[in-house]
Amino acid sequence: MKSRFHAGDAVTVRAAYPPGHIRTPHYIRGKRGVIERICGEFANPEELAFGRDGLPKRPLYRVRFGQRHVWPDYGGAPEDTVDIEIFEHWLEPAAREAAT
Amino acid sequence: MRRHHDMGGIPDGPVDTSAHDAELWEKRVDAVRNLLGQKNLLRTDEHRRHIENLPPGDYDGLSYYERWILSISNHLLEKGVFTADDLGRKMAEVEAREAKDREHYK
Repeated sequence: MKSRFHAGDAVTVRAAYPPGHIRTPHYIRGKRGVIERICGEFANPEELAFGRDGLPKRPLYRVRFGQRHVWPDYGGAPEDTVDIEIFEHWLEPAAREAAT
Repeated sequence: MRRHHDMGGIPDGPVDTSAHDAELWEKRVDAVRNLLGQKNLLRTDEHRRHIENLPPGDYDGLSYYERWILSISNHLLEKGVFTADDLGRKMAEVEAREAKDREHYK
């Protein structure tokens, strides 16, 4: 499997808003996180949703985000994080220091 | 734009997590969905797309399996498994049968 990102890489979720069946939550688009792990590669659900084969398979990553970054008014501990599984085509490289 | 179903992070009330029994018709909907999967007539992602495409009022107002049966109906119409006319006639037939049963057991 050829994956563009590896554990520890800083990424930004693309702020795109296409119609259709999208598995990247709205609230995380445009946010910065860090690759926690590569989950494997899977047929693209955005294509499967329309009856197509979803191939080639695409790498899926577990991405970790700081809760305070995602929710500016977050009231919990500053070190709290949220992990979200996101397909590679939704991610762009980001500067490491900006990712928390 | 945020789509209606994609409501993570939007303020709302508590989630009801109490256990409940499924009604017979709900079990039947579950069985139909499983059969359609086995016969490659409905994929999980297709099912989700149809549920997400329900009008916001339906999405909020219908129960879990009511959303499922609407998704399944819309999908099978799209795939040409049955026609709207087939479905309409069958629904009327079932409704008449149920009414007769209710009368019988009154």
